[in-house]
Amino acid sequence: MAAAPSSAEREAVDAFLGSLPAPAASGPPPRHLLLPALHALVDAIGWISEGGLNHVCERFGVPPAEAYGVASFYALLPTGPRAPVVIHACDDIACRMAGADRVVAVLEEVLGPAGGTDAVTWLPSPCVGACDRAPAAFIQRTNAENATVDGLAPGLPVERLLADLAGREGTDLAIPLRSGSVRIPQIEDGSTELRLLRRIGRLDPARLDDYQAAGGYEALRRAFDLGPEGVVREVSDSRLLGRGGAAFPAGRKWAAVATAPARPHYLVCNADESEPGTFKDRALMEEDPFALVEAMTIAGYATGCETSYLYVRGEYPTATARLEHAIAECRRQGLLGRDVMGAGFDFDIEIRRGGGAYICGEETALFNSIEGFRGEPRNKPPFPTDRGLFGKPTLVNNVETLINVLDIVLEGGPAFAGVGTEASTGTKLFCVSGSVARPGLYEVVFGVTLGELLELAGGVSGGRPRAILLGGAAGTFVPPDRLDIPLTFEGTRAAGASLGSGVVMVFGEAADMNDIVLRIAAFFRHESCGQCVPCRVGTVRQEEALRRFIGGEDEAGLLDEIGRAMGDASICGLGHTAALAARSAISLGLIGNGDRR
Amino acid sequence: MSVARGSTVRSVTIAVDGHDVTVPEGSTILAACREAGIPTPTLCFLETLTPVNTCRVCVVELEGSRALVPACSRRAEAGMVVSTDSERVRHSRKMVLEFLGSSVDLSLADEEIRQWMHEYRADPARYGSRAETVAQPPKVQDELYIRDYEKCILCYKCVQACGVEAQNTFAIAVAGRGFDARISTEFDVTLPDSACVYCGNCIGVCPTGALVFKTEFDMRREGTWDESRQSVTRTICSYCGVGCNLDLHVQDNRIVKVTSPLDHDVTSGHLCIKGRFGWRHVQAGLDEPEAEEG
Repeated sequence: MAAAPSSAEREAVDAFLGSLPAPAASGPPPRHLLLPALHALVDAIGWISEGGLNHVCERFGVPPAEAYGVASFYALLPTGPRAPVVIHACDDIACRMAGADRVVAVLEEVLGPAGGTDAVTWLPSPCVGACDRAPAAFIQRTNAENATVDGLAPGLPVERLLADLAGREGTDLAIPLRSGSVRIPQIEDGSTELRLLRRIGRLDPARLDDYQAAGGYEALRRAFDLGPEGVVREVSDSRLLGRGGAAFPAGRKWAAVATAPARPHYLVCNADESEPGTFKDRALMEEDPFALVEAMTIAGYATGCETSYLYVRGEYPTATARLEHAIAECRRQGLLGRDVMGAGFDFDIEIRRGGGAYICGEETALFNSIEGFRGEPRNKPPFPTDRGLFGKPTLVNNVETLINVLDIVLEGGPAFAGVGTEASTGTKLFCVSGSVARPGLYEVVFGVTLGELLELAGGVSGGRPRAILLGGAAGTFVPPDRLDIPLTFEGTRAAGASLGSGVVMVFGEAADMNDIVLRIAAFFRHESCGQCVPCRVGTVRQEEALRRFIGGEDEAGLLDEIGRAMGDASICGLGHTAALAARSAISLGLIGNGDRR
Repeated sequence: MSVARGSTVRSVTIAVDGHDVTVPEGSTILAACREAGIPTPTLCFLETLTPVNTCRVCVVELEGSRALVPACSRRAEAGMVVSTDSERVRHSRKMVLEFLGSSVDLSLADEEIRQWMHEYRADPARYGSRAETVAQPPKVQDELYIRDYEKCILCYKCVQACGVEAQNTFAIAVAGRGFDARISTEFDVTLPDSACVYCGNCIGVCPTGALVFKTEFDMRREGTWDESRQSVTRTICSYCGVGCNLDLHVQDNRIVKVTSPLDHDVTSGHLCIKGRFGWRHVQAGLDEPEAEEG
């Protein structure tokens, strides 16, 4: 009755489960390996069939309906036939401005309609985190090895296709699979003021000895000297605020987890960078992976975690491969595993690949995703520091936040707090894209104004900008006469905006703002998990009302009502912020009135 | 619910709409509202299930909280100051009801829902006739159940009842994402091909008529379903020794539906296939003369 797996499907799942270290007890594998097992199936076969899913369910003892519910939640885990090679062509904000429509047109012409089942197909995609090289694409392919190597192996149909695409006029298809793909103009300029980015481009991200020669693992040594409480004190003294978007004081989280009575404690690094316009964490992970491993080790030491999870965005195969390599190297050198550096501290990192779901960047959705469930956010309280991953006290920090800890430990919290402003300490990474001369990743000391950052990025291309989007799709538009806004947490807040994940996207004179704002609305509709009514239906009603508003109908009032309900009654931050960009665009007069403005 | 009996339970006092309300420790804000006699709309909440707080129609304003909080799951803590009738609360409740009313067929929903629509001045029609809905044909796959998902508000109750909260069968789950999220078997296989054991507990908890017994579905189609002509007779299931209470819903001297009282110690409203559907033999003797008449 139940569909049987093919031998290839059976083999893919069994090989994955067989590759794991032997479990302590016999019985089915733990549920938190469900998502990796589904990934293994898709990596090998390209999609999840009934038979394939049944085999996974049989091995895990998970009901098929539940596993189907999990798989169908994730964009990168198709539950219907899919071509073995899929080009996920980004048509999100920055890529739209850079001609994503032409890329899509060519893909459609060459490959046919989206989502085909032949050798190669394409799909429109939300932001793939390569806005500095827009228009960009991410390539998903069966055979895990190919999917995670830099560049592309020759001789496959997709290479010929891409070569063909590259040769066409008006189609500059960047492939964010190649090494060194994030543009960091300050490094090209030879800037010596970089802190978070100082190692990038100067060492081989595959070599631990390079990292150590550049001062790597001095921070962990220093942390062992300070002791766990000492490290937490330095982080508290640094007044570091989280860089993932919510700007929560890191020291408070660390102290809460460190002192939580329940055991075990877990550390989770949120590397599910998916906010449209954001590519900072990808750069750090691809180019400086050992730094993240070291920073996580320090965080685990300080807060009493022996097990940690590094949840990397599914669209970041290069970052994943390099981190896997770095973790393996560190294990080999005694920097991870039992008795790290002989300090009597056990610590390890498990990588988890996301499945293509923006919502999994929300910390509690991320926990559910790691645990092998649908990535639906949980209601808070309880907060993660109290009951997080597997219901235990959990420290969850963003990649950039953790990288800051290295300098905090090395130079001391108070010294770190001396950089930047009183309320925004340290430096900040900004992802500058859109109509600027030199898009890319920038690191500046807190306090620099929006105008100064844009100058650093070579200035706005094509005259005066129409608007700047701060904070990504979940952020707000600011008008061009507010270039004096200091890019600090307090400065943007005072201006009615937020730094979010550090997105600074510039819209030039030619930008079609109606199209941009509609794309943002479509993004939220697509990425809503669907759990709560205000967000599941509200994001749909918002998109519909925006279309009417842009068509000239008087829907500003309704949009405001929808936005208020989403902001007030949704479960999580996605719903809370889903109307911000549209509402700011309306209040600034950027969209509407039936004409293209 | 899970509040222990006896005097050892500590109590907490919170302010609801300016009045102090004292409830046992561990109670929710919803329990406090009910204690204070404040009507609070709920859709995804059921006394016998763990709150999932997904519908958000019970949201209240909590001093110190930036967003509104769900009354059904947020525990009362001493000193909380709660408003249940502020402009923000009324607005969000209205919008939730409008969002559902404009996307889901609520024609068979509990009467209460229509009262709340009126109370909060919800106007689902203002989203226009082109507003996207979950309209789809009903799934008629066997002689016992109908799944009519255009009436589904995704309250998760059926999934809970099918899973750990009652039946432990796991035939259905939430699949898909966003507006495409839906209750589904694996790969949408038919119910007979799924793990379903036809306990009918999903139907027992459905608040909107998305899940109905085929008897009711057929009678509604024929226009013969008439609750005003129905009586409810309580009896005890005779199939085994557990002692489940059955409520026989009878119209024109025929059993048309079987439920179990939510507050019954043995069942909490849940039954098995025998109690739920094993009544046709009762009808057999009655049906024959009728057939002869016809």
